[in-house]
Amino acid sequence: MALADFANPSRFLTFANRAIPWLGGVTLIAFAFGLNQAMVAPDDYQQGATVKIMFLHVPSAWLGMLGWGVMTIAALGTLVWRHPLADVAAKAAAPIGAAFTLLCLVTGSLWGRPEWGTYWVWDARLTSELVLFLLYLGVIALWRTVEDPSRAARAAAILTLVGAIDLPIIKFSVDWWNTLHQGTSVFRLGGSTIYPTILIPLFVMAVAFTLLFVTLHVAAMRNEILRRRVRTLRLMQASAAS
Amino acid sequence: MSPLAALLIRDMRIAVRVGGGALMGVLFFLVVVTLVPFAVGPDLALLKRIGPAILWLAALLASLLALDRLFAADHEDGSLDLILMSHAPLELVVAVKGVAHWLTTGLPLILAAPLSGLFLNLDAPAEAALVLTLLVGTPALTFIGLIGAAIAVALRRGGLLLAVIVLPLTVPVLIFGVAAANAAVVGPVPFGTPFTVLCALTLASLVVGPFAAAAALRQEME
Amino acid sequence: MRLSAVDLACHRGGRDVFVGLSFAVASGEAMAITGRNGAGKSSLLRTIVGLVRITHGQLALEGGDPELTIAEQAHYLGHQDALKPSLSVAENLRFWVGFLGARAVDIQPSLDAVGLDELADLPAAYLSAGQRRRLSIARLLAVKRPIWLLDEPTSTLDASAQQRLAGFMRTHLAEGGLILAASHGSIGLDGAQELRLGQATPSPLAASAPSPLVGEGWGGGSESGAIASTGAIRLTTPTTNPSPQRGGGERKTS
Repeated sequence: MALADFANPSRFLTFANRAIPWLGGVTLIAFAFGLNQAMVAPDDYQQGATVKIMFLHVPSAWLGMLGWGVMTIAALGTLVWRHPLADVAAKAAAPIGAAFTLLCLVTGSLWGRPEWGTYWVWDARLTSELVLFLLYLGVIALWRTVEDPSRAARAAAILTLVGAIDLPIIKFSVDWWNTLHQGTSVFRLGGSTIYPTILIPLFVMAVAFTLLFVTLHVAAMRNEILRRRVRTLRLMQASAAS
Repeated sequence: MSPLAALLIRDMRIAVRVGGGALMGVLFFLVVVTLVPFAVGPDLALLKRIGPAILWLAALLASLLALDRLFAADHEDGSLDLILMSHAPLELVVAVKGVAHWLTTGLPLILAAPLSGLFLNLDAPAEAALVLTLLVGTPALTFIGLIGAAIAVALRRGGLLLAVIVLPLTVPVLIFGVAAANAAVVGPVPFGTPFTVLCALTLASLVVGPFAAAAALRQEME
Repeated sequence: MRLSAVDLACHRGGRDVFVGLSFAVASGEAMAITGRNGAGKSSLLRTIVGLVRITHGQLALEGGDPELTIAEQAHYLGHQDALKPSLSVAENLRFWVGFLGARAVDIQPSLDAVGLDELADLPAAYLSAGQRRRLSIARLLAVKRPIWLLDEPTSTLDASAQQRLAGFMRTHLAEGGLILAASHGSIGLDGAQELRLGQATPSPLAASAPSPLVGEGWGGGSESGAIASTGAIRLTTPTTNPSPQRGGGERKTS
């Protein structure tokens, strides 16, 4: 399957139709394995079983950022390389990334209530994640407001590239500012500070979440291509009618 | 169906389909609420004290957004001509458009307010009072806004003029809305006193707004 | 039914658009309003319908419903089409049918008549300018009103659509309606009166076939700035001019 398949909408549709069941199946298996691992992982000596929200919260945070990363690459694809499916990929990724970001905010809030005594604090990490969520909503609003898909694509691409500045801010916010949120503990230069019994399930869940993202993304791209075809057919119907 | 019902359904359909739909106002509301801690700092105690005021201001500004196109869109495509020609009284037509605006802009804001209250560290009684004052007060914001929208209908850059006209008129609603929301939490004034005044302001605006807006529309169309 | 105007004047945007205008149109009659751009054709139609205030003169409708204004018994087809792009073709038409008070009317025959039946569920944003015009015309067919006030109805319409529109107009006149249409070119109705705005010379029609009314003060005066002259050919027997004799009014050019 050459890379050229991804440039042609019809061939992408064929690929998507064949791939989605497989992707869905692998995702389910990964989640089954990951959730099992999460269940058997030991409780935290301080937080008890509450710590297991982490297995949802952390991967969804990563995937929320990955979503914007995918949109950024797609934006470059639209503006720089003029790839035909780049804007489809960008538009499809936005709601999925937003959903993961929302999941991160909600699970984090529920986790924070017993830990910090409050549902929300305006510290750097949470605020930048909330800003990411609002940026997602803004891009989605932009896609929906501009009628013509190619014009919407260019506008959204520019907004995506500008918004990408939030990603490093989120990542390094716990280092740059004094925050209530836990400091960097997984991807550190000196190695992770989390014990393997928690780290392994975390990574498995991360893989499962990533597979979920890919499955949903391919399905969403398929839907978007079909939606554009319907639009084209309607335009043709209007102009063909006497 | 009656002419006014047809108009209400049409306006609501358009509001939901165009652009981001009803959610654009909610998104703006959330953005404004998010901006405030950047400006005043993340002190939760402070945010809790000024929370109702912030949410009221955000609701006011978000309501203002959709008012710009309320009459201007109909004016530009010629629908306003036919509406002015019709048998339905213009005051009622304007009121119906106000109702449609509130249902698609004000009501979603009220539903989003508790979540935003969470961000500002409001507790349950404060949230309940806030939602109640918004429920009663946002129709006033819409109906006062009708006047500005009607005055600015034929202008190109009407949005700013509309804001300048409408915002001072909404000051009483803002004062009593925030006072009622605060009274439920802080006291010593009982919640009922400012709340009753807020109700009165809304009822007055439901009458004055459509009449003033209809008069303004007739003037504009000359 | 008879729509008549006596010494009508309109002042708009700080200038007199037209002055001293008089005409009468009865059931089954059509009147073409002609003149160059800016002569006041659109203003005249908007004045009749009440969107522009009359500064001088009278407008009267005899034989209509005394409870209703002229606008409520008229259809106005303006320059714009009064369509919402986010609503479908059928939804747009159904809204106007409902709003104009003709509740239970089936819109399908009207859509068929203008040739938009296949596109009924298409969002109006996808329509071409000509198709949008035809959708507005469908409004006139779906809701029955005696008076049609049309401003450049044939603009953006192709030849076959123009012919169809002429057919609709003939049917409307045969049913006892009356039509006033502003246009640069022909609207496809033979035998329409002509009301020429803003012209100093009388219309050629008046010169070739003198009618009993030319010279009875309907215009065509020799002073400079004469306002209106009527074409000679009428569909029905001419009605007498109800107003006292007047010469063609002065028209102040801006």
